[in-house]
Amino acid sequence: MNAKVEPMSSPPDGVPAAQTGDEPLDLEVAYRDSHVGEVLDSLDRELVGLAPVKGRIRDIAALLLIDKLRRAVGLSSGPPALHMSFTGNPGTGKTTVAMRMAEILHRLGYVRKGHLIAVTRDDLVGQYIGHTAPKTREVLKRAMGGVLFIDEAYYLYRPENERDYGQEAIEILLQVMENQRDDLVVILAGYKDRMETFFRSNPGLSSRVAHHIDFPDYTPEELLAIARLMLERMQYQLSAPADEALREYIERRRVQPHFANARSIRNALDRARLRQASRLFERRVGAISRQELQTIEESDIRASRVLRGERP
Amino acid sequence: MRVTQGTFSFLPDLTDQQIASQIEYCLGNGWAVSLEYTDDPHPRNAFWEMFGHPMFDIRDAAGVMTEVNACRKTFPNHYIKVNAFDATRGRESLRLSFIINRPAAEPGFNLVREEGPGRSVRYTTRAYATERPEGERY
Repeated sequence: MNAKVEPMSSPPDGVPAAQTGDEPLDLEVAYRDSHVGEVLDSLDRELVGLAPVKGRIRDIAALLLIDKLRRAVGLSSGPPALHMSFTGNPGTGKTTVAMRMAEILHRLGYVRKGHLIAVTRDDLVGQYIGHTAPKTREVLKRAMGGVLFIDEAYYLYRPENERDYGQEAIEILLQVMENQRDDLVVILAGYKDRMETFFRSNPGLSSRVAHHIDFPDYTPEELLAIARLMLERMQYQLSAPADEALREYIERRRVQPHFANARSIRNALDRARLRQASRLFERRVGAISRQELQTIEESDIRASRVLRGERP
Repeated sequence: MRVTQGTFSFLPDLTDQQIASQIEYCLGNGWAVSLEYTDDPHPRNAFWEMFGHPMFDIRDAAGVMTEVNACRKTFPNHYIKVNAFDATRGRESLRLSFIINRPAAEPGFNLVREEGPGRSVRYTTRAYATERPEGERY
């Protein structure tokens, strides 16, 4: 056999060789070697709010690390169940957290590749008889070694149509979730109430999902912090009055229909960038300073429909 | 008679874990893995049937192994091989190919002699298995 090929059963990096005695294991070393701390820290740093979510992820990471140490001393506990469900309103960071989750699981050696395949009903369910199974298998094959993220998972089950092919996809999914737990982790995501109905009508699925994590809505302060973080990443800044206008915008936008938390904020900022660009473009005379290029003024935000008091 | 074609064919049959490791090596090099099967063991039979599409977007050997198991289930008594295609510009050819499944009994080859002009004799081989039609050979 080729020397580069490692047998797949070799323990993931950072696991000490099997020990049978009572010598103490260094948790600190295992923690450092797994580099999972970096991911947790970046989760804390880059994601605003979401305290309960971060707490749960920390718990899961701790469980996995301890489980790894237990296996190293020969205490068997069976592979931990890792399938999860993320529930929450739109724009609360479910996909982003799923990506981090994939990374954490990869660092701890619970998935081999750590990539995330995000799919919806359309990717799993076919259009005619016999189309669903190959389609679902294809997606599952791609997700092997990583995390399969099924967004709006409740659309898979349509009780109003008894001949719907979604049920077939669920069955294949269940089979793989049960039999190939080492090969992939499935994360189901969607709105809270609809996911609950979905799980109630599919008890088999519900019992195979170990971790139910609920994503709370952001508070106005958190939304403002998110907006600042986004602008910083896009290398823009808000002038002081613009900051005040944005705060007002968030207050008003939150109570309007179709509010999608961070996603709405991102869209608002994109529109403000548009207005800033056309404001600079209209003026055209004279040189434009670097400062002007990166500053969003109050007028760029005040021009929003939300603040002018119109219906969105 | 054991047919020896492709890499590792003089070794004992690879275990599933060894196959998975080889596939992992191929994927690590960015090669696309595909499966082919046939029931004509002649060494000049270069055109085997494809089982499914070449798997260009798979990241982990477990994904290929599901396909391997599906192929074995469909064709338990055929020759099945794993091919790894390197799509790098200028290379665009197979880098690795090895047999992962073979019939339980391989009857081997018959040496056929053909009288030529004068007293010359031409030799060729013919698989005993191909006496029967395709699909009924093993």
